[in-house]
Amino acid sequence: MDYSTLLVPLLLAFVALFGMGKGVNVYDAISKGAEEGLAILIRILPALVGLMTAVYMLRASGAMDLFGELLAPLLDRLGIPPETAAMLFIRPVSGSGALAIGSELMAAHGPDSYIGRVAAVMLGSTETTFYTIAVYFGSAGVHRTRYAIPAALLADLTGFVAAAFAVRLLMQGP
Amino acid sequence: MAMAWVWTGMVVLSVAYGMLNGTIGAVGNAAMEGAAAAVQLCLNMAGVMCLWSGVMSIMKACGLMDGLSRLFRPLLGRLLPRACKDPETLAALSGNVSANLLGLGNAATPLGIQAVRRMAVGSGGRATDEMCLLVVMNTASIQLLPTTVAGVRAALGSQSAFDILPAVWLASALSVTAGVIAAKVFSRFWRR
Repeated sequence: MDYSTLLVPLLLAFVALFGMGKGVNVYDAISKGAEEGLAILIRILPALVGLMTAVYMLRASGAMDLFGELLAPLLDRLGIPPETAAMLFIRPVSGSGALAIGSELMAAHGPDSYIGRVAAVMLGSTETTFYTIAVYFGSAGVHRTRYAIPAALLADLTGFVAAAFAVRLLMQGP
Repeated sequence: MAMAWVWTGMVVLSVAYGMLNGTIGAVGNAAMEGAAAAVQLCLNMAGVMCLWSGVMSIMKACGLMDGLSRLFRPLLGRLLPRACKDPETLAALSGNVSANLLGLGNAATPLGIQAVRRMAVGSGGRATDEMCLLVVMNTASIQLLPTTVAGVRAALGSQSAFDILPAVWLASALSVTAGVIAAKVFSRFWRR
């Protein structure tokens, strides 16, 4: 049996027992947490409506494929599937935009396909870089950000290459 | 405002390319489909997202976040030695890292901001090497359970929504390492 099918039920049981052992009202805690989860969803839904519309339009027009084909020689060399080209550019700028592109890729190719998995791992292993930098440095009154942006973008690029590499190494080939 | 340009660009590009390519009919249908897909996706992933947020909040109530924080102090002391001399900054930093690991974005950001503000005192609006390193570590996502992505995969009918975990961990670890090395190398010659 696949270990990850065991992960979910075992983790639930462990967290429930561990919480009870620590005297936490786990039922209250899970309801409160679920409420926070719902709040996150309500925050992303309106953004996703606009963005998924644009992403679906781009895909249907054929522009997305063209973009992937144009970048294919470069991306092939890095081991990144060209289908994910648009993700590389939206991911550092907009979290909801990347979620829109990623879920379109997973829906079109299947969540358990090579491209679907690479898109999922890319989403899971990178952040909305520019937003994070703006929030952190903005709140600290820093306007000379020096090398923070190039270093962070280098980490993002590594994350994209590593996502495709990790799926090929640990799960499946293209 | 930046997103307004990106969004307008995406829409105008699809219409223009659709006209050229003769796919404009499909573009119109796709616009409707996309909007519906967004709501459908959110509804389908709502259950998983709420469940995991709930589990995370139990973990937080159990003091798991504080436990993780203590675990990270030695590593942080080595990466950010100057900031960690101040115990309150160290507490905020280790809280920030452990909240990120547990995927508690709402808890991680205020702690990170608190740390970076303390580190910024007397820097005159110039990011120090340690501040750059902290921000780079925060832009490279390090999350033990990427629940949003797992929610999307489950919503789209994945056989095992969490089977990507080892791949996510490996990719995150490589990306954080690359970020830290890049920051260390840049700090050598980026004097301004």
